[in-house]
Amino acid sequence: MQHLWLIPLFPFLGFLINGLFGRKWPNSLVGAVAVGSVVASFAWVVKVLLGVGELEHAYVERYFTWIQSGGVNIGVDLAVDRLTAVMLLVVTGIGSLIHIYATGYMSHEGGFYRFFSYLNLFMFFMLTLVLGANYLLLFVGWEGVGLCSYLLIGFYTLKKSAGDAAKKAFIVNRIGDFGFSLAMFLIMVNFGSLDFGTVMAKVAPLPVEQTMGILTIIALLLFVGATGKSAQVPLYVWLPDAMEGPTPVSALIHAATMVTAGVYMTARSATIFTHAPMAMEVVAVVGVITAVMAATIGMTQFDLKKVFAYSTVSQLGYMFIACGVGAFSAGIYHVVTHAFFKALLFLGAGSVIHALEGEQDMRHMGGLRKKIPITFAVLCCAWVAIAGIPGTSGYFSKDAILLAAHHHHPWMYWVGVITAGMTAFYVSRSMFMTFWGEYRGHHHPHESPAIMWVPLAILAALSLAGGKLFDVPHYLEPLFPMAHEEHDMTLVAIASSAGFIGIGLAYFMYVLSPGIPKSIAATLGPIYKLVYNKYFVDEVYDATVVSPMVAGSRSVLWRVVDAGVIDGIVNGTGTVARGIGSVLRTLQSGQIRSYAAWVTAGSVIVLVALSFLAGGAQ
Amino acid sequence: MPSAVPLSWYLILSAILFCLGIAGFIFRRNIITVFMSIELMLNAVNLSFIAFSYQLRQVDGHIFSFFVMVVAAAEAAVGLAIILTVFKNRATLAIDDVSSMNN
Amino acid sequence: MDAILFLLFATLAVGCGINLVVQTHPISSALSLVGVMGSLAVLYLLLGAEFMAAAQMIVYAGAIMVLFVFVIMLLNAGAETRKARSKLALPLGAAGLFALLAILIFSVQALLPRTDPVRFGAFTGGTAKAIGQKLFTEYLLPFEVTSVLILIAILGAVVLARKEI
Repeated sequence: MQHLWLIPLFPFLGFLINGLFGRKWPNSLVGAVAVGSVVASFAWVVKVLLGVGELEHAYVERYFTWIQSGGVNIGVDLAVDRLTAVMLLVVTGIGSLIHIYATGYMSHEGGFYRFFSYLNLFMFFMLTLVLGANYLLLFVGWEGVGLCSYLLIGFYTLKKSAGDAAKKAFIVNRIGDFGFSLAMFLIMVNFGSLDFGTVMAKVAPLPVEQTMGILTIIALLLFVGATGKSAQVPLYVWLPDAMEGPTPVSALIHAATMVTAGVYMTARSATIFTHAPMAMEVVAVVGVITAVMAATIGMTQFDLKKVFAYSTVSQLGYMFIACGVGAFSAGIYHVVTHAFFKALLFLGAGSVIHALEGEQDMRHMGGLRKKIPITFAVLCCAWVAIAGIPGTSGYFSKDAILLAAHHHHPWMYWVGVITAGMTAFYVSRSMFMTFWGEYRGHHHPHESPAIMWVPLAILAALSLAGGKLFDVPHYLEPLFPMAHEEHDMTLVAIASSAGFIGIGLAYFMYVLSPGIPKSIAATLGPIYKLVYNKYFVDEVYDATVVSPMVAGSRSVLWRVVDAGVIDGIVNGTGTVARGIGSVLRTLQSGQIRSYAAWVTAGSVIVLVALSFLAGGAQ
Repeated sequence: MPSAVPLSWYLILSAILFCLGIAGFIFRRNIITVFMSIELMLNAVNLSFIAFSYQLRQVDGHIFSFFVMVVAAAEAAVGLAIILTVFKNRATLAIDDVSSMNN
Repeated sequence: MDAILFLLFATLAVGCGINLVVQTHPISSALSLVGVMGSLAVLYLLLGAEFMAAAQMIVYAGAIMVLFVFVIMLLNAGAETRKARSKLALPLGAAGLFALLAILIFSVQALLPRTDPVRFGAFTGGTAKAIGQKLFTEYLLPFEVTSVLILIAILGAVVLARKEI
């Protein structure tokens, strides 16, 4: 027994302790409990992974039967295989760093204990998600992280925009979860189990579906769930708005861990997907569209966190390209490296925002290179990593994806390369706008405390060296065999040069001749407007889905169904009961002797009835 | 005159006493008398138990009426304590006057 | 002999019962109830329930009724004061009770199987020994539970007597 259940239990205890008692406690104690619980969880993960050995096969611990009904038998089982091991290390490792950072970042905010209890609850659900040995337990974690995401996006309860963004995230995720639920029902009906091992064992011998079949439908429905959680077209709209939450939340939930749950789930269901090539094609194409679309939007935004949010959407698109072309290990590889550098980007952005006392608009930044040198230094590490400069972590994972894409369809490779260039461009743009030039704001920037920059430094080291250090695809080989080992240096060089070109272009446009962006925007006019306004997707959704829904609810569901039918029934019941009561209350005289008389009368009636029955029986 | 009476006479006597108990319960106003009427009803039922016990030649009916007696004792203790308290506070034993339900 | 004894004490019981109901002073009612209980004790003996007859005299007519008389004396309860009530209530109630009595007698007479007359000595299972054996074997748990019940009743009586209601 490795006691896997302890891994999620630590953060849950942290949640309970902080949630119940944290209100009265000093911030330092709350922070210690929160960080301690996650670090304990990380330590236990390491202990477990050392204890279970090579993990050639999944290590499963079965605790008890959760649901038993007819043929349905679902247990509370936790499992560790190499995929889970990678996710566990990422979630608890990055989670610990971000928790430490957050104790510094949130020190001046109200609701400190509330923030950390939510954050610990998130860790609990995220760990349940990756440890669950069946779809239903995964779904529990899946919904739980959605809940925590909702709570943390809306953390600043006094801001209406935060509440709206939280609701948006929750509702958009519902659509995806609906698909996921349908997929689970289909799996249950067709394979009689939700256990990963059982289902995959039953799927494996089935023939690969060349046309639309049950596996394709299941895979597509699972992918609908993934698009919701992992912010893919067309359900990505919630993620940019989710930046209303505190920055550590953006880093932990909306960059490093939760949004990659869709990729994890897809990789977990790899056997189903590989038996449904049509679904794989859909996954890859959606990934490509998302990557390009989000990258273009990212190039035009001025809000620092929004740029990184669209960058996250775009990078998640990359991961789905990898899954779609069958390179699941490359996708997970990118999950890991992306967790390093995107968490770093967000935390660094948080450090900038912290230094500027809440300023997020890059037009009011500039020249911060000298003022906050440590933040600048660590952000540079993230910058080169996401731009895919050779040797950094982003370079390895992005190349793995692009090579797999080239093997699948060359056009995907080329689109991916262009997107990589755009990625390098928008990150460089935000770096140049923030750190170069003259300071355009009116605050007094100050460097963040050590408790914030030490985690940043660790993440910076990981961003630079993490790709080489953790050879994830090799580690995952027992699960996802690498079909092709072609390492075409030309393709790699092209992809890397795209990064350099993006950086160079940004340097030219934003440092050397700062007037160019404006003139380009003016020249492109309508197209720029279209991209700047995020392709008007929110407006389209509002007009086609939200407004009709609200209008219909108001005129039909409220006025007719609720006020007319439901209230009518309720009030009618009340009226009838009152009428009967007004008759019967005369019996309730309060005179004990009249009650006794009624009891006697009743027993006379019963006796008469019994006598007749007995007389009839004789 | 027969030298013995049928069992049904005992049961009829029990019924008569029971009805007298009810009559006392309904027509009397004094709480203590009402309470005694209840005791009368319990006695009537005890008689039935013992009569049936005789008929079945089993002692179980005796045990039943024994328990009835025990409960009656407990009831008398609590009931009389209540009557004492009520009288202390209201200075009346009329059952209609102590009711606080008919307002 | 059995019949004479039965008729004598049955008449006494019914007479005392009626007296209980019609007397307005509670002390008269209480003494009537003692009479009923005493008569019933004799009838129990006729039915072979010697232990129950003794218990009836000692516990009921003795202990419980003394408690009643004690309370009546303590409260110095006087005769009931008549109140103007609905004139219909008494005849109506009386009629209803007679109906109940009639039905009970009818069901006893018509529905119960015919049996042999009751003879004194035909059933001798009601001795203290027999009841003791039953109580401490088959009915041990209920018997023990009654002790708890009585304890609660004592506590309740003490609490109630101290409390203001």
